Amino acid sequence: MEVIMVKIQIDGTFYEVNPDKNLLHTCLALGFDIPYFCFHPALGSVGACRMCAVKKFANADDKKGRIVMSCMEPVTDGLIISTSDPDIKVFRAAVIESLMTNHPHDCPICDEGGECHLQDMTVMSGHNYRRFVFKKRTYSNQYLGPFIHHEMNRCIQCYRCVRFYRDYAGGRDLAVSGSANHVYFGRQTEGALESEFSGNLIEVCPTGVFTDKTLKEHYTRKWDMTYAPSICIQCSAGCNITVGERYGSVRRILSRYNGAVNGYFLCDRGRFGYLSTNSPERIKGIMVRDPQENIQKEISRDGYLSVINSAIIGKKIAGIGSPVASLEANFALEAMVGRENFYHGIDGEKFDLERTAIQILKNSSVHSPSLKEIERSDAVLILGEDPAISAPMIALAVRQASRNRSIRMAAKSGIPSWNDAAVRELAQKIKSPVFIATPLTTSLDDLAELRYNSPTSDIARLGSVISSIIDKIEPLSAGSDKSLNDIAQRIAGVLMDAENPVIITGLQHNDKKVLQAAANITAALHHNGKKPSISIIFPECNSLGLALMEGGSLDNLFEVILQGDVETLIILENDLYKRADKKKVDSIFKKCKNVIVLDSLLNETSKQADILLPSGTFAESTGTIVSSEGRGQRYYRVLPVNGHIKDSWKHISEMIEITGISKDLHWEHFDDIVASFTDSYPFFSKIREIIPGSEFRFFNEKIARQTIRFSGRTAMNANDSVSEPKPPGDDDSPLSFSMEGYKGVPPSDLVSYYWSPGWNSVQATNKYMDEPYGSAKGGNPGVLLFDHKT
Amino acid sequence: MKYVFIIAGVLLIPLTIAAGLIWVERRLLALFQDRYGPNRVGPFGLIQVLADVVKIFFKEDWIPPFADKAVFVMAPGILIATILLTFAVIPFTDNFLVLDSNIGILFFLGNSSLGVYSIVLGGWASNSKYSLLGSIRASAQMLTYEVFMGLSLVGVVMMADSFSLREIVEAQQGGWFFIPQFVAFLVFFIAGIAETHRTPFDIPEAEGELVAGYHSEYSGMKFGMFFVGEYLGVTLISSLIVTLFFGGWLGPAFLPPAFWFFLKTGFFICLFILIRASLPRPRYDQLMELGWKVLLPIVLLNILITGAILIYNSSL
Amino acid sequence: MISILRSIWFTFLHAFHKRETQGYPEKKPYLPPRYRGRIILSRDPDGKERCVACNLCAAACPVDCIALQAANDYNERRYPLFFRINFSRCIFCGFCEEACPTYAIQLIPDFEMGEYDRQNMVYEKENLLISGEGKYHGYNFYKVAGVDMGVKGIGKGENEEPPVDLKDLIH
Repeated sequence: MEVIMVKIQIDGTFYEVNPDKNLLHTCLALGFDIPYFCFHPALGSVGACRMCAVKKFANADDKKGRIVMSCMEPVTDGLIISTSDPDIKVFRAAVIESLMTNHPHDCPICDEGGECHLQDMTVMSGHNYRRFVFKKRTYSNQYLGPFIHHEMNRCIQCYRCVRFYRDYAGGRDLAVSGSANHVYFGRQTEGALESEFSGNLIEVCPTGVFTDKTLKEHYTRKWDMTYAPSICIQCSAGCNITVGERYGSVRRILSRYNGAVNGYFLCDRGRFGYLSTNSPERIKGIMVRDPQENIQKEISRDGYLSVINSAIIGKKIAGIGSPVASLEANFALEAMVGRENFYHGIDGEKFDLERTAIQILKNSSVHSPSLKEIERSDAVLILGEDPAISAPMIALAVRQASRNRSIRMAAKSGIPSWNDAAVRELAQKIKSPVFIATPLTTSLDDLAELRYNSPTSDIARLGSVISSIIDKIEPLSAGSDKSLNDIAQRIAGVLMDAENPVIITGLQHNDKKVLQAAANITAALHHNGKKPSISIIFPECNSLGLALMEGGSLDNLFEVILQGDVETLIILENDLYKRADKKKVDSIFKKCKNVIVLDSLLNETSKQADILLPSGTFAESTGTIVSSEGRGQRYYRVLPVNGHIKDSWKHISEMIEITGISKDLHWEHFDDIVASFTDSYPFFSKIREIIPGSEFRFFNEKIARQTIRFSGRTAMNANDSVSEPKPPGDDDSPLSFSMEGYKGVPPSDLVSYYWSPGWNSVQATNKYMDEPYGSAKGGNPGVLLFDHKT
Repeated sequence: MKYVFIIAGVLLIPLTIAAGLIWVERRLLALFQDRYGPNRVGPFGLIQVLADVVKIFFKEDWIPPFADKAVFVMAPGILIATILLTFAVIPFTDNFLVLDSNIGILFFLGNSSLGVYSIVLGGWASNSKYSLLGSIRASAQMLTYEVFMGLSLVGVVMMADSFSLREIVEAQQGGWFFIPQFVAFLVFFIAGIAETHRTPFDIPEAEGELVAGYHSEYSGMKFGMFFVGEYLGVTLISSLIVTLFFGGWLGPAFLPPAFWFFLKTGFFICLFILIRASLPRPRYDQLMELGWKVLLPIVLLNILITGAILIYNSSL
Repeated sequence: MISILRSIWFTFLHAFHKRETQGYPEKKPYLPPRYRGRIILSRDPDGKERCVACNLCAAACPVDCIALQAANDYNERRYPLFFRINFSRCIFCGFCEEACPTYAIQLIPDFEMGEYDRQNMVYEKENLLISGEGKYHGYNFYKVAGVDMGVKGIGKGENEEPPVDLKDLIH
């Protein structure tokens, strides 16, 4: 769709801009600092806060002008505005002063302090001294569950929270009540917030009403954390996250902008699922089973050398990889044990399914959509998968897709898509078609034009009927079930009417037929000239990446072991008891003399280990994982190497070096193993080509993990020794572990934190993209492994 | 036996004075700068000297690995030796002197020329750019000022008709030479400051530019020897001024002659310190300019005039 | 030439001036009340720690010699779990005191902090916390803040209305 650009004049300079956006959006995209509260690029404008005032002039001769709210102002050809007129400054200062009349004297103990949009905007608008002498209105707070802390006094009534929670994320239990000066944002009664996206309130709220309760337990200011760009490992959606660390423990997770994947948001699992990295149950040292007492004991490095030599040299070894470990860790293990002795660590059924899914992705003539593309689709069919459970952010994308019809309707009535309240008012209950065929109910059911809750076999049958109808061939066994046939007819009709329908399916219910049916529907739509896409949700963060490697399933391994010549088993970050029957797993542990486990937490499998090596979590290692979309993305360590905890591939590399079982395999740095991996699997060569390696420098500098205002450098370790240690180095990435390094906008893969002068809050994110809610500067992070097909 | 005492005395007295000068200089500088100076160790801080000596003896006697070892060790020795040798010809009183040489002044000039070697060798052996620069400056400066120093003494020699220092003192019984030879006294005094490279002529060790000049690399007692050497030099020049221009041990009879000698010498030592406290350091080229363009003509004129007057007087 | 003699003369005259030296430690010098010396942490009028672990002192510190960690007590009241100042780095600029919103951190007229071991220059909270209010009396941050942290209830502050009754239709 070609956009005809228009010419506008801002502060005396002409710009060519897109007329589809509102004026505030346009000004922010051009780099103007205009204060705002209620506007959010993903939520649109409602014109509630009156902060974003600019002066609009009727024509070049008009010297007087009039004040308008830029967020509610369409961009038209020849528009002349001023963003710095003295009248506007007075106006904005008056507005912020009135917004601040009831704001409490809390900043020092407020968790938002230092990254507060309200603070930024107050400074930007020039309000310094309080003139309001009357009493402050107060509110009682509510308990909102273990994740969100509620402090209602700080509210400035911008309505962003309910607009996100209800309108954007479909939550029902947070709402606004009262009127005038008594407006209250909360639940009807106290209780945990039900939406799986409640954590975003922390970032959406411009002030400290909703703050992170998990952060509160080990509170650290924004500027004091060391950040690293990372990828969420909780599901296969591949959301981009930023991990904050201080004093050696992970403090919080924030969303990192990826215009193609998660945008500004994150689900609660991704945001709050980090606490296990700080668990006291973490494995910290190298543990070896004492044969006499039959318990695992920590041993010295010398002890480890002899133990590992006797366990590996001259032994028949098998390796079990993991769909939660990085490509590099899996590859290191595969290279060590040999391709024929490498097993994926998932049961045969899942293994088979994944192979099928890969065949679909590789051979299908349609492509796997990004979350952004799902948001833009005009019809969605969910077949045998509940994305709200397996990949919540995909469910959120579906929810946005359901609005597309109303946006189109509004456009016909002359209402621009950003005019959020008007679009919703016009749309009422009208939604784009979303069909949900799942065995159980889902949290997306309120969107469904049609729901079909039935066992997966029925769902597979429904799918095949739909594809036959689209392809106009007689369905095989539809005649017997009239209702199913009717449903299929209706879905097929809608999908055929749609421009770019999306079929979402997945491996959740272990049914190959569902997968194939979904593939058939997309293929049929494609044959009929549509532009469909198919999104297959994989169960774990790197399932797709691992499935693209060679190797057998866990069931294959069981057979090999029971035949009886495997003496040593190396298990990589994988709890086998969750993958297979307990008896079977017990039996192979009995059979193998040496069980080497690399893991970060004690679990049933790691308790069985003869040698237990502490591997790093996502916060302590660097690696590449592949999301369901087929997007290879890299996560970078935020904690420096500490004691024995290190990347799994480093442990494996060390094992190879100690035992000397292979002279050819030697990886000193992360780049070495990536090179070795992509040589071995040319399919992944794009990863090496596109994601910057450790030699990468931006303007001759590494990119800083710490903010420029990082405090306490000379005191934080002074209790151990008053002599300050050198900051740890990082040979594995282009990031530095100090505040030294490039401080502007680095390539999007390497953005550690968002900050821009005057923008201390998360709203600084907008400075890191081409335009608000557009793609990240220099392209969205990650590399698409499958060719983009239309 | 008497000679042994005299030699011992002549060796010990200047050394003691030089060591004491460490304290004297610090106290006097403080006096001119509205401070107290060292006043903690012992009465009036007198034991400070001892503390400093103990400290300097216990310091690590470090020879840099890049230095020329033998020469590095030798250099401070040469300095002390040449200065102490010169004291042999200084008449403390008419009978308290080691060597009543008839070439006393020439002996002093020769020895002070030898002193240059200590600094040149010290700077060169240190094998460091600052030291070398310092010693190059020092040698040029000392060679230059040696010329005027020698020439300034010609007037005195002509008046006393002798090179013997004892005879020069005795020749002043009628009147001290600083009155007829005032210009020569001034030139000798300035040259003396330059010769001992004291402030304001301490360009060879200018700490702002050269760290510490030729002795940058020295530490411990070797540095101490350079340090003491400087004070010995101050004492020597002061006693020579007294001997040549201020009538040596001569003075009213109610006090012993030795007392007069030391009193006068002490005065000039204090003057050295006062000058250090008041004057800034000139630029190197200014120093050379002063020498060749101002002092040399003056001193030559002085010789001519003195000579002319002497010939005129003798012809009367 | 004259000016040289003049300067020698004037320098000599200084020998008879009054000495500038202070007789420390026999005679203690006068330190004004706002002298920037030893850093202490003070307490509220009710005897609890004033520090609310807001990290502003640490952020203001130009040599980054303050490190602390926030924690919450049973009343959710914020306090520093540890508060460490590395005095071997401190330059006594007083920015921390300027930045402190609660008068907790104060610089007092005392400079006798020398140590033989540099490690002893690292002060923890127990070395910093005094039992009084220090230079500024009567201020209690939690009395004027909008939060309920066991000091006063919401709406009980000096400048606060009682909490809004959400079920009330008339206002």
